Amino acid sequence: MSLKTLSEFNWSVMTPEFIILGVIALLTLLDLFLPKRVDRRILGWLSIAGIVAAIIALASLLGTEPTSILYDTFTLDMFGKAFKLLLLAGAGLVMFLAVSYDAKDGMEEYRGEFYYLFLTALLGAMFMTSSGDLITLFIGLELLSISSYVLAGIKKHNLQSNESAMKYVINGGISTAITLFGMSYVYGLTGSTNLAEIANKLSAVVDGQQAYLLGIAFLLIFVGLSFKLASAPFHMWAPDVYQGAPTPVTAFLSVVSKTAGFVIVIRILISVFYNAAPSGDGSSILFKMHDYLAFLAAATMIIGNVVALKQTNIKRMFAYSSIAHAGYLLVALTTLSANLIFSVWFYLLAYMLMNLGAFAVIQVVTEKTGSAKIADFAGLYRRSPVLAVTMGILLVSLAGFPGTAGFIGKLNIFVGAFYGEPHYVLASIMIAATVVSYFYYFGVMTQMFFRPARDESKFNLPFGIIVVLIVAVVGSVLFGVAPNIALDFLNKL
Amino acid sequence: MNLHAVLTILVFSPLLGIVILAFMPKQAEKLIKVVGLLATVPALLIAIAAYLHFQWGKDLADFAVSTSWIQFRGMGGVPEPFFSVNYELGLSGFQLVLVVLTAVVATLSALAAAKFVKKEWKGYFMLFLLLEIGMLGVFTAENLILFFIFFEITLIPTFFLIGKWGYFEKEKAAYSFLIYNGLGSAVLLIVIMILFGKTGTTNIEMLTKIIADPSAPLSGDLKLGLLISLLIAFGVKLPIFPLHSWMLKVHVQAPPSVVMIHSGILLKIGAYGLIRFGMGIFPEQFKTLATLIAILGVVNLLYGAFLAFIQTDFKMVLAYSSISHMGIVLIGLAAMNEAGVQGAIFQVISHGLISALLFFLVGVLYERTDTSLIENLGGIAKGMPIAAGFLLAGAMASLGLPGMSGFVSEFMAFLGLFKELPWIAAVGTIGIIMTAAYLLRAVLGMTYGKAHREFTGVLDLRGVELIPVGVLMLLIVLIGVFPSVLSSPLQTTLETIMLGLGG
Repeated sequence: MSLKTLSEFNWSVMTPEFIILGVIALLTLLDLFLPKRVDRRILGWLSIAGIVAAIIALASLLGTEPTSILYDTFTLDMFGKAFKLLLLAGAGLVMFLAVSYDAKDGMEEYRGEFYYLFLTALLGAMFMTSSGDLITLFIGLELLSISSYVLAGIKKHNLQSNESAMKYVINGGISTAITLFGMSYVYGLTGSTNLAEIANKLSAVVDGQQAYLLGIAFLLIFVGLSFKLASAPFHMWAPDVYQGAPTPVTAFLSVVSKTAGFVIVIRILISVFYNAAPSGDGSSILFKMHDYLAFLAAATMIIGNVVALKQTNIKRMFAYSSIAHAGYLLVALTTLSANLIFSVWFYLLAYMLMNLGAFAVIQVVTEKTGSAKIADFAGLYRRSPVLAVTMGILLVSLAGFPGTAGFIGKLNIFVGAFYGEPHYVLASIMIAATVVSYFYYFGVMTQMFFRPARDESKFNLPFGIIVVLIVAVVGSVLFGVAPNIALDFLNKL
Repeated sequence: MNLHAVLTILVFSPLLGIVILAFMPKQAEKLIKVVGLLATVPALLIAIAAYLHFQWGKDLADFAVSTSWIQFRGMGGVPEPFFSVNYELGLSGFQLVLVVLTAVVATLSALAAAKFVKKEWKGYFMLFLLLEIGMLGVFTAENLILFFIFFEITLIPTFFLIGKWGYFEKEKAAYSFLIYNGLGSAVLLIVIMILFGKTGTTNIEMLTKIIADPSAPLSGDLKLGLLISLLIAFGVKLPIFPLHSWMLKVHVQAPPSVVMIHSGILLKIGAYGLIRFGMGIFPEQFKTLATLIAILGVVNLLYGAFLAFIQTDFKMVLAYSSISHMGIVLIGLAAMNEAGVQGAIFQVISHGLISALLFFLVGVLYERTDTSLIENLGGIAKGMPIAAGFLLAGAMASLGLPGMSGFVSEFMAFLGLFKELPWIAAVGTIGIIMTAAYLLRAVLGMTYGKAHREFTGVLDLRGVELIPVGVLMLLIVLIGVFPSVLSSPLQTTLETIMLGLGG
């Protein structure tokens, strides 16, 4: 590749990524050269500024036609723009949580890393949304994963944090290996790593044995990626990691990392397998694998919701809740309806708002009480009506009640499930699972509003937390009452 | 005059109260109560104005409003909306009377709450007003999604109102309310989504037309299945035996002002749904199930009546009495003729008023004497003659004394069923006798029963407390004496339903 070709690429479509990369470089250097006594929190604010700049850069790119550079390994299309925006917004909110995070033990020396590792993870996720090649897709995935492993264990002297990082690395390694193994089949069958080319070649596959191999490849890739989604069968890491990791990291894993997981799943499912190996009646591998997907979706919803009922630790409960939400999103994937991308995107948007808001409250309460027991939410309404009502609204949205974004998100998925060929069983399981979720979401409400407080001390809300709470609540209600704002926006991309 | 905004203002008028309350200090007890009460007044005035509008011979269709709200589009910029939900409110005669009932009971309940609620008035009234929005929305929604949204909106405030301001076992009651109703609405959502998926619309009027069309893409079995699902979904709400256990807990544990709303209006959503969606959209299938529904109605009637007879707590008597009276709604519906359906609707309204009255009185008695056990309240007539008088009058209305609303509805419902299924109706009449028996046993036991304690020094009904009882009693008698105040708005609704039933 000569210098001339390099300079001819339309590099401007990568501006958001470059900004994040630049900020990462700047932060590493600053962290190295700044004297020890300087509060590293400043790095956190710098990362927020970087993310805002990246969002602005992305906004200026919204109008551009789909562009591919670097021989199709990087594509900025409607899908990429929509999900990149989601990732940036999610990571920005997480950074607000991170700058307000006051670790009790073992964090002081690593404060700097704490900020820029979020950015490297974000960069990996952003590359995944835009990549048109298995290699870059995989590298993005690894960048995200490895940064997350370190983040989970960043509280070096904390046993739980260490345990969670260890479990995360081991499980993550296994799942990545499985994904890679599946991808190797795809490469073996097509001889290419370019997604468009793979899709092209696969649509010509008619041989039964090759189709069989493809089926295995599909299952391997999907099962491996279910680790990132925190869905069955690779969901077991979530409760331990969520519990042990610092709260901003937990929030990051549950929102940004999960969004990235869905990004890669959709990229691979839609572009590679959608038309792969069509049989006589024109149904591709993806449609033949439909029952497996449905089974995994159902299992994820049931496991997530049922096990969440028994949790006494709020972070563990939210881990299972996040598994359950991954299950709902898988329902949208399974049904493969015409509004698939819309419903997944909107649901992830709603989920980001309500989950990050909830984690902001969790962070404040757990820091104050020093434990993460659900029982420690008792009497929150007396101690801080604002926090309790905010959490109440977010929980209502998580439970999917009307008037909130969570409801519209679920409605989207239902519409997809019943349109065309209806998926009665899967949709019924989803609705029943939602009712089960009332138990644990309202269990927290019971504590906050009905139970007496153990001590009456008030809360001081740091600025970062206030920002997250306002964005979360306003967004949840706004997109619940006027969802067309988001839907029209997406339609214009 | 443009009246399209009227319904929106009607439904969302309590929102103003919520916003004002949000900015008020917690301790300003008096002011909070005044604002909470006043916030229910605009809806009441608009509802009454709408009723007068109708009585002056104007068309209720003037109020209909429809604008696009949510549009989901397909992938890749497909121009056609893939799925759209409109914001559609409307008012038919049936909806009108329910809206008036809701507005009246809501205002009276707010008045009662000012009396009965002892703590955290601010939170109470904000939730209460949210609940009112939900109820008004349920009765004016013109498409199923909107109906469902308002329906769910009623769940959350009710959960909190029961769980926070209720009596001893309030949390259990709140949970069982949430889960039963959550399951009911889950079933409802599935029905709505299947209907949407098959027909592409959720507008009630359009659905009725599409499904009546024999070329509709729904098989008879599917329609029957959908109707049975609706019967379950609304059966939880009504409640139909054996889905009733949650409702007993709520009636006993919730604060009196909430029970007034709950028994007076929320239960009626079940009846409304059955009539408007069950009977309105699936008339053919409703005919198939008529016998089953009649039997369910008689079971409800008798089960409620027999169990009410052996209760020692007056609240439980009233709770079982509600089950029993909702049986009459089913009996009227199962008749599938004009008298029966009219009786069912009359019973909905009449029971709404009577139960609100009786539960208010129970609340007063409990507040004064710390008990609602019939035995302990013996001889209350001596201490509280006015309250005892209204209690007796309310019981008379409930057991169907001619000249009061209960009589009209029971009479018509049974008249209807005797025409169609005389044997079942005959069994059902035992229930009427039982009703008289349990109500007289309970009320006479309290008013003139053996006194276990002196009620001297116990305050009788007084001041503002006389307003709810007075207004409710007046309406009960008004409907009993001039049934046309109800039957004239219902005329067109009944005609539409009869048309759907093909007779």
